[in-house]
Amino acid sequence: MTTSIWIITIAGGVITFLLRFSFLGLADRADQVSPQVREALRMIPAAALAALVAPAVLRAGPDGALDLLNPRVVAAGVALLVMWKTRHVVLTLTVGLGLLVGLQQVGWT
Amino acid sequence: MAPIILGMIPFGLIAGIASVEVGMPAWGAGAFSAIIFAGAAQLAALDLLAGDAGPLVVIGTIAIINTRFVMYSASLAVRFDGEPLWRRVLMSYFLTDQAYVVTITKLDAQPSYRPRLAFYLGGALSLWSAWQVSTLVGAVAGAIIPDSVPLAFAFPLVFIALMVPAIVDRATLSAALSSGVVAVAAADLPANLGLLAAAGTGITVGYLASRRAGGETG
Repeated sequence: MTTSIWIITIAGGVITFLLRFSFLGLADRADQVSPQVREALRMIPAAALAALVAPAVLRAGPDGALDLLNPRVVAAGVALLVMWKTRHVVLTLTVGLGLLVGLQQVGWT
Repeated sequence: MAPIILGMIPFGLIAGIASVEVGMPAWGAGAFSAIIFAGAAQLAALDLLAGDAGPLVVIGTIAIINTRFVMYSASLAVRFDGEPLWRRVLMSYFLTDQAYVVTITKLDAQPSYRPRLAFYLGGALSLWSAWQVSTLVGAVAGAIIPDSVPLAFAFPLVFIALMVPAIVDRATLSAALSSGVVAVAAADLPANLGLLAAAGTGITVGYLASRRAGGETG
């Protein structure tokens, strides 16, 4: 464990705990969060996860260049459809990884 | 509860494998999992570490992804307001998407349900155990996965699997789409700041879309 990984672990852990404790810590003084704040918080998972997915799939060219004709685009697109239709995590991972390996085997890189 | 616990296992395995890939020992992967205990944030942090991101960006990303817990915390605080402080500290550490959803679903159906704390902690502890065991198994077994498997691609796939159920309406869809566009356009920004810019844009656009939808329906 390097120092920087320890810093990330401890700081990440403390911040995460404080976010979880935020309103539970106030308890009886806690009122509902305002509907506006609640609505903004509700957007976080979709926004944060899309920010992780999109560049990993669409900028997979050399040195992170935009590359729409990369086998990762096809594999991720099919995986997205599988997850959307089945909500099955293992199936989604298997189809996505399997498709990428298959496409690379036939020479598409 | 069982399907929810089974659903966590692949994420835990991947988190364990990825911890070892960025150079943590297996015990370190366990500590990382036990201290942060938040799947999506751990996976995002590991993904950034694999790309040599700096500590501040990694910590910022963990904070953004976990800000959603404020919403759960507020919702639970109203229903557990009589509990002493130490129990609310315990509840906070164990708070996850799954524990929240299971408990709120139960309390919505049976508002006067008495053993609510035992119900919450029982579910949360099962989820915690499944998460810790699966990350440790991933950390120990990761080394035997052949190099021909493009494991780096497991990250976007795992994030897809987490993202799809989070898209429940037009507002969350516009949050995802706008964030994705900005993330692709801003991927060259130093220190992965594009990620934070993208998430911020997505949250704003999604919020505005939801306000607009609310206005239309009355």
